[in-house]
Amino acid sequence: MWTILIFSAVTIFSFGLFSINMLKIRKNILLGRDIDRSDNRAERWKTMLLVAFGQKKMFSRPFVALLHLALYSAFVITQIELIEIMVDGFTGHHRVFYESLGSFYTFAISFIEVLSVLAFIATIIFLARRNLLKLPRLNMKELAGWPKKDANLILIMEIVLILCIFTMNGADEVLYGRGGSHVAFEKGHFGFAVSSWFGPLVFDGLTVETLRVLERIGWWGHLTMVFVFLNYLPYSKHLHILLAFPNTYFSNLNAKGKISNMEAVTQEVKLMMDPTADPYAATEPSDAVPQRFGAKDVNDLTWKNLLDAYSCTECGRCTSACPANQTGKLLSPRKIMMDTRDRLMEVGEGGLEDGKSLLGNYITEEEIWACTSCNACVQECPVNIDPLSIIIDLRRYLVMEESKMPTELTGMLTNIENNGAPWQFSQSDRLNWAQEES
Amino acid sequence: MNLNVPTMSEMLAKGETPEILFWVGCAGSFDDRAKKITKALVKILNNCKVNFAVLGAEESCTGDPARRAGNEFTFQMQAMMNIQVLDGYQVKKIVTACPHCFNTLKNEYPELGGNYEVIHHTQLIQDLINTGKLSLEGNQTFNGKKITFHDPCYLGRANDVYEAPRALIERLDAELVEMKRCKTNGLCCGAGGAQMFKEAEKGNKEINLERTEDAIETAANIIATGCPFCNTMMTDGVKNFNKENEIVVMDVAELIANAAEL
Repeated sequence: MWTILIFSAVTIFSFGLFSINMLKIRKNILLGRDIDRSDNRAERWKTMLLVAFGQKKMFSRPFVALLHLALYSAFVITQIELIEIMVDGFTGHHRVFYESLGSFYTFAISFIEVLSVLAFIATIIFLARRNLLKLPRLNMKELAGWPKKDANLILIMEIVLILCIFTMNGADEVLYGRGGSHVAFEKGHFGFAVSSWFGPLVFDGLTVETLRVLERIGWWGHLTMVFVFLNYLPYSKHLHILLAFPNTYFSNLNAKGKISNMEAVTQEVKLMMDPTADPYAATEPSDAVPQRFGAKDVNDLTWKNLLDAYSCTECGRCTSACPANQTGKLLSPRKIMMDTRDRLMEVGEGGLEDGKSLLGNYITEEEIWACTSCNACVQECPVNIDPLSIIIDLRRYLVMEESKMPTELTGMLTNIENNGAPWQFSQSDRLNWAQEES
Repeated sequence: MNLNVPTMSEMLAKGETPEILFWVGCAGSFDDRAKKITKALVKILNNCKVNFAVLGAEESCTGDPARRAGNEFTFQMQAMMNIQVLDGYQVKKIVTACPHCFNTLKNEYPELGGNYEVIHHTQLIQDLINTGKLSLEGNQTFNGKKITFHDPCYLGRANDVYEAPRALIERLDAELVEMKRCKTNGLCCGAGGAQMFKEAEKGNKEINLERTEDAIETAANIIATGCPFCNTMMTDGVKNFNKENEIVVMDVAELIANAAEL
């Protein structure tokens, strides 16, 4: 009875806390400007299924993709076992589905166990890649401090989780062999793929009482880790396991080369070019604060940019593909996303009026002017994040609100305005090539 | 050989409408190297008797570098003025040898009211060959040569055109060799996003040199591109490594014009 009460309290508390934190994140994301991504639902579902569920873009690097797939499928399939843990916890049963599902139960748990072993191996390799092999992509300076700890913590928690599963199943397997399991009064065996040999191998010499304690440690340990993990997500880059789905659903479906149109500018340019427009006509009085051109802070970005920031798991494929980064420039698309998220969380806590802004306090001008708009970062992102649209919006703010840009660009823009070409050539000479010797 | 380059206004005066507008672009009009690409394409169009015209002095920058430099006003002013000219001539179809013009005309003008069918010159040439209007039968100009294709970002990743230029190179009596980074993984030449018009930010290497190294690694004799800016960047890269006697940088249109002995 007590255990049911404790279990219920812990479960309700965990889901409650998680919901509160996710609502905070939703509120933060909605600080962004509106952008319509409600069109083309069939294409959006397809993109989500392929890119998030099917992990299509991970497979540009097949070895890592397979390791990641092992972790991902173990995570998804283990939720089946979690359902049983939940039902057991609330009702006080032990392995409630064991009898009703029969051999399918053995199959399901065995499947989970095999995947868990693969996930265990993947986790060890991932830890080694980060900490022993020191892969450059996973050890860049923007990861110093918390991001690096975050990454390692996630992997360590995954190891603990897997060890709990095997402690629980292994101990129960040995108990069953001695007629001491709670599933049945007689001796028997589950026949789980891994624990049926792992259990006897590790726990054989222990007493029935010790085994029962171990089995409970595994059960409660697994459950506790799930709840800790769940509530760790809102603070971690690991949130991608949830947000990858909405983020790919709301992907930009246009050609990558298309840069978003600024409607406010279109209105003004149309007015300027309309010969019938009355320049002295009074405009509609409005209390609305005029919108800033481009982006200086997170609230000037779109909600999709902000969802992108929360979906980023800091894998750094964008940065390793970035031509500017590869040639030693300060720009790192991953850092653009991390900065956006950090600033957004700061704004979520303390508001916008803290004298700081995304551009300036987090992202520097030097970074955004190094971008070649080549779309390599957009192409690489396994969850369809678009760092380029943030970079362009920051440039727009600098140029249109502050007239700040590299001096050569001022000249280039003047040329376009004066003579219709980025260089100083007369527009009337445009066809001269046709008369020249070929 | 004299080039036949009718303008839209001449055509209009004669009461004719061309099938397709050739959008030359700023580089193609003014840059000495890029002008050769423009002429190569015109030779192909003339040879195949394509009914085309150019805007000539009525053409103006599409606004691509202005938009990417963050100046939306300049971009939209350029776009609206160009759309007025294009619509005035009732243009339906446009070909261009510049992927930046291609991308802007194709993807960014519709939202401002300019709707045209826009193709890259490699797509047009491929069509001319497929329909039998241009023959490369028995061409031996590039016999024994290795050619590698550098994907322009605004053609490849930005618009998913990877096959047309390659299909053309495969028609030549030469071997197409790929760089380790190609197609979706292709590395930028360093010119896009208005970088062409400014010094690079502080770093430890120029992007075009990083890319030229990829090309040199393939041991190709020719680096083919489909973009006047990539052409400039790769040509500079080759010069930097003192390889200008071993490697030439050519546009796909030039390769085809040479092979067809135009």
